Amino acid sequence: MTTPGNNGGHTTESGRLLKPSADVGIVGYGAYVPRYRLPASEISRVWTGGQGGAPITEKAVPGLDEDVATMSIEAARNALARAQIAPSQIRAVWVGSESHPYAVKPTSTIVGEAIGAAPHILAGDWEFACKAGSEAMQAAIGLVGSGMAAYALSIGMDTAQGRPGDALEYTAAAGGAAYLIGPAENSLAVFEGTYSYVTDTPDFWRRPHETYPSHGDRFTGEPAYFHHVTSAATALMEELGAEPGDFDYAVFHQPNVKFPTRAAKMLGFGKAQIETGLLVGVVGNVYAGSSLLGLTAVLDIAQPGSRVLMVSYGSGAGSDAMALRITDRVTERQGRAPTTQAYIARREVIDYATYARYRGKLQMR
Amino acid sequence: MREVNIVGIGQTPVGEHWGHSLSDLAREAVGAAFLDAGISRVDALFVGNMLAGELSHQEHLGALISDQIGLRGIEAARAEASDASGGLALRQGYIAVASGAVETALVLGVEKFTDVVGNARLAALVAGLDAEYEGTHGATLTALAALLMRRYMHEYGVELEAFAGFSENAHANAASNPNAMFHNTLRPGAFAAAPAVAPPVSLFDAAPEGDGAAAVVLAAAGRAVESASPPLRIAASAVATDTLAVQDRPDPLFLAAANLSAGRAYEQAGIAPSDVDVFELHDSYTIMAVLALEACGFARRGEGTRPAVEGEIGLAGQLPIATFGGLKARGHAGGATGLYQVVELALQLRGEAGRNQVEDVRIGMAQNVGGLGGTAVTHILERA
Repeated sequence: MTTPGNNGGHTTESGRLLKPSADVGIVGYGAYVPRYRLPASEISRVWTGGQGGAPITEKAVPGLDEDVATMSIEAARNALARAQIAPSQIRAVWVGSESHPYAVKPTSTIVGEAIGAAPHILAGDWEFACKAGSEAMQAAIGLVGSGMAAYALSIGMDTAQGRPGDALEYTAAAGGAAYLIGPAENSLAVFEGTYSYVTDTPDFWRRPHETYPSHGDRFTGEPAYFHHVTSAATALMEELGAEPGDFDYAVFHQPNVKFPTRAAKMLGFGKAQIETGLLVGVVGNVYAGSSLLGLTAVLDIAQPGSRVLMVSYGSGAGSDAMALRITDRVTERQGRAPTTQAYIARREVIDYATYARYRGKLQMR
Repeated sequence: MREVNIVGIGQTPVGEHWGHSLSDLAREAVGAAFLDAGISRVDALFVGNMLAGELSHQEHLGALISDQIGLRGIEAARAEASDASGGLALRQGYIAVASGAVETALVLGVEKFTDVVGNARLAALVAGLDAEYEGTHGATLTALAALLMRRYMHEYGVELEAFAGFSENAHANAASNPNAMFHNTLRPGAFAAAPAVAPPVSLFDAAPEGDGAAAVVLAAAGRAVESASPPLRIAASAVATDTLAVQDRPDPLFLAAANLSAGRAYEQAGIAPSDVDVFELHDSYTIMAVLALEACGFARRGEGTRPAVEGEIGLAGQLPIATFGGLKARGHAGGATGLYQVVELALQLRGEAGRNQVEDVRIGMAQNVGGLGGTAVTHILERA
């Protein structure tokens, strides 16, 4: 039976559940976190004389020769290593980020070429603040699920910008993940369904030619993050007839430790369900890569049959909610590339001065 | 001059009303006040507002709001004296009715702070200081309050802890006020441990900015209205000014405008400070509460913290202040604050204050101060 707004897919009565006619899943995934870490105590040392609390312990900082293109390539190679498909089978390379190296010229063509997927591909860069990566995943699910393509690569990756001295400087970090979406029969996790909830909510933005974003202080909380994350999660669970207790793991967009922890509590998820995917305390907020990186940490250890809920959040604003069921294939693929925790453990602490140099913050004006 | 009564009151909660505009807030408070008064028309509207032009790009509030509340055509105007705008609007409404120019008037205080954040809002707030001699040089309200507080502590040998009682009392009273911005009480020791804003002013010395609107309906005494609650007489209404720049005051620790307006109000009402049962004062900073108590004759110079230290300012104390949380915990709604104070006094005098009720209130006083004392507006209410 078809429902309004859905041509032939097996969605629900409301037509709001996003689900393609053919089942699709994650064939391979890959994390990437750069090696440098800036402790929050360094930022407060410089800006507040060490006064006041910090929203996280430390954040990942990209090296001088790293950007969203190079980091996406690392993550994509990890995804390919796990999937063990030929790059030439990929029909789309999509990169979601709010720190694309170029304003005009796609990151995705660089990535597509570097991993050997070009030239017979779609390629494009996505922008929806921190939701750009999950938006690219939704699109890939549609592309593969419709039969247009066998495989599509979606990446969420950022080298996020925080204005020196701003509250966001503590958390704005670098990292992300790549997902190779393909047919369910070759997947390590199958999408049970996805949902997207979007409104015009101006909580955080960056204008052209601006180096750093602006934000609306506490407005970024209740009407922005919490409203969209909980609305998306609740709607998806309703559409699937699922409850928080049905999921073994839940991953939320994580701009700091407090927000996802509170959102989980509001929805009825317990600490045991969220701790595996809650990385922000030691990685920072990797923006478009945030919830995607949390999900790779879950996939690294998930057992066949487990169910996972992932909810992204992008300012502006919207949330993608995705429900996944882990398949038997997860076990053979987990060890084929470095785990998320391996990247987190690979760390070199830097001071604020080094960070300022690496991030190009030294400017006389 | 004839007598003027308050025959209706209304208020919105103070808070971060991101989904509500100036007009939305105004309609809600006015609707409540009209319902309370049992009328739906007045002859004139006076709006107290501080920063609509700067923060909402909206001036000309008289015409806007009279239309929004369905009273197109009536006389309407805005009054401005920084965060004493609400009290000043009430003074304008009082004069209009007392003079016989109008029979009834609506006085609304409305403020919408939260559409603008960070330094942009701070810059707007600073416009209430002397731009040439204070604002341009980087002074802010908090910075100047910190200088006053530091000077006060030095001059009179007062310790920081002596100020704690003002914030603790405000939070305790706000906890049972459904319209308050904060409902948390302060734990013992929390005041001393609060993060500094501009030392010695900490987070728990300074009132938070919140959106809100409050309104009162005025009518000439003797005019029949269908309100279920008894009318309250405005026994005194007085405005006074001081130098705008704090640096120009011969004695910066003396709020001359507060002293003058309170003195004129006592004279008009024919009472002494000791006759006041409830005092809603302008506790934008704890130091401002201390200086107001001294300026209005409730404490000797240098002894303004004593009522708090000795537990006299609580609901059961000798001089209850901030009975619904004050600016500190009900929230400081800028140009609406002066009307919140009067609405709260009215609830006390009517005996409708619920868990915040002070026993046997006959005379209530509200004092609304602009900035750090450039303008002070004092009103005294009693049962008609």
